[in-house]
Amino acid sequence: MSEFREDFREILRLVRPGARVLDVGCGEGTLLDLLQREKGVDGRGIEISSDGVAACLAKGLAVMQGDADRDLAEFPPHAFDYAVLSQTLQAVREPKKVLSDLLRLADRAIVSLPNFGYWRMRWALVTRGRMPETKALPDPWWATANIHLCTLRDFTALCTDLGLRIEAAAALEHGRPARPIDPDHWVENWRAESALFLLSRKGAQTAERRAEGDLFG
Amino acid sequence: MDTLDAMHRVETGGGTARLTLPLMLDSGARLDGVEVAYKTYGRLNADRSNAVLICHALTLDQHVASPHPGSGKPGWWSRMVGPGRPLDPQRHFIVCSNVIGGCMGSTGPSSNDPKTGKAYGLAFPVITIADMVRAQAMLLESLGVETLFAVVGGSMGGMQVLQWAADYPERLFSAVCIASASRHTAQNIAFHEVGRQAIMADPDWRGGDYLKLGVRPEKGLAVARMAAHITYLSEPALQRKFGRELQRDGLSWGFDADFQVESYLRHQGSAFVDRFDANAYLYITRAMDYFDLAASHGGVLSKAFQRARAVRFCVLSFTSDWLYPTPESRAITRALNAAGAPTSFVEIESDKGHDAFLLDEPVMEEALKGFLASAASARGLA
Repeated sequence: MSEFREDFREILRLVRPGARVLDVGCGEGTLLDLLQREKGVDGRGIEISSDGVAACLAKGLAVMQGDADRDLAEFPPHAFDYAVLSQTLQAVREPKKVLSDLLRLADRAIVSLPNFGYWRMRWALVTRGRMPETKALPDPWWATANIHLCTLRDFTALCTDLGLRIEAAAALEHGRPARPIDPDHWVENWRAESALFLLSRKGAQTAERRAEGDLFG
Repeated sequence: MDTLDAMHRVETGGGTARLTLPLMLDSGARLDGVEVAYKTYGRLNADRSNAVLICHALTLDQHVASPHPGSGKPGWWSRMVGPGRPLDPQRHFIVCSNVIGGCMGSTGPSSNDPKTGKAYGLAFPVITIADMVRAQAMLLESLGVETLFAVVGGSMGGMQVLQWAADYPERLFSAVCIASASRHTAQNIAFHEVGRQAIMADPDWRGGDYLKLGVRPEKGLAVARMAAHITYLSEPALQRKFGRELQRDGLSWGFDADFQVESYLRHQGSAFVDRFDANAYLYITRAMDYFDLAASHGGVLSKAFQRARAVRFCVLSFTSDWLYPTPESRAITRALNAAGAPTSFVEIESDKGHDAFLLDEPVMEEALKGFLASAASARGLA
């Protein structure tokens, strides 16, 4: 499994076997394919590029062309056990709405995002006085797709605001296994280059699969 | 050429099946002794699990992958159907039948009314997309096909695919709906009405009785085709093909076909009357206008697909198709997702308009190939 991205490995670990999973921004379907083969999930995907969708179809995946800002409304409430949004939240137009949509259509969301509070970011900003360009965020400010960058602390505050419970969090670092963290700890806001969260709605019962008839909400 | 050679070795069949049971129509009428003309390619396997039904569009026919008996032109979807193509007669048993109401051998308004012994004309009952599908289901039963590995269609064929999913989901393993819609919009109906009025305004239409009187409303049918043909293309495609190019040097200062686009449309119109019947055009366009899958399911499209959640769907649209634009396909996929059916959807970049589904579109071909191959392995087909 070493050829896979570290967040994929962590997602594979978190997802319950046989679950219904929506991968938002599934690209060529690498993660979905992995989840289907290794976890026997019932997987669906959303991907913005038609080439990506075509590649997914060739892999036998059920993927819809669309984008997170516009097309999550297609799915009825609780259609999925998990919605995955990997390194994409910072690139959507309305992160708050997207996050809220994810937890409408799925019982749990798995979200990973770069941490703008990471010490290298702060260091670049302090020493050079310019927007940081790092391995995780390589493009200059005027070319980047990442229009809504945030720190871990910003993200956990948004989760609180939306009434979301953080069930698990892990720091991700290139080439290293995921490291479980307390995302509210100030040290992690300096130390984590990127982080992955398992989220659910506070007070929601998520354990069991809902009756199929409930799909229409 | 290799493909053509290989096609010659494909086992083909077909003919005209006479349905033993009467066809009960949505209008409340019934048709007895209905005949369905069809073609087959390939062979039904021992498990009877490899059958594919292709549903044709408004003016097409059962000759999907073999030369048209009238014009001698290659099958209308030879790109998609043939050895090494996404639908492969070496692996699939492919059936394509002429819709009822049509004019290529299936019972339609130009067939003889058993009551009078003469052509039905307007005595033929109005039919619907669901009636067409009912006749297809009866044909397949008579061929020993109980389940379909796939039902595939573009445009009006796609409407039949959706109707199959609503009416016979338990007989489907997968479904492909291309450049289509779950209902006709006001604009769709409006264009069809222009065509019908052109036919009915032709003095040779004779209230629909032209066959009995030995005439044909060729002018009206040609105009109907010309108007419709524009809706199958896109503005950029027309511009690229013709621009303002003239037929001859200089203008005629009259009403000859000065522009190449005029001459092209006139040719489309006159070629069409050689292969199509005017009343069939009225009946089939009416069937499409009446199509509104949600309406028959309490106004909620997803309810039409409620029993189809085990069917794998592939929905395709084209960016420049303004006849059945992408939002129509999105409405279908939204309903399929709401019903919980595994659904794939791609909007294919093309400037060829609605007709793109009949033309060389590599992304469509690859998407279909991938979708069908993965469905085949899930179905246990080699």
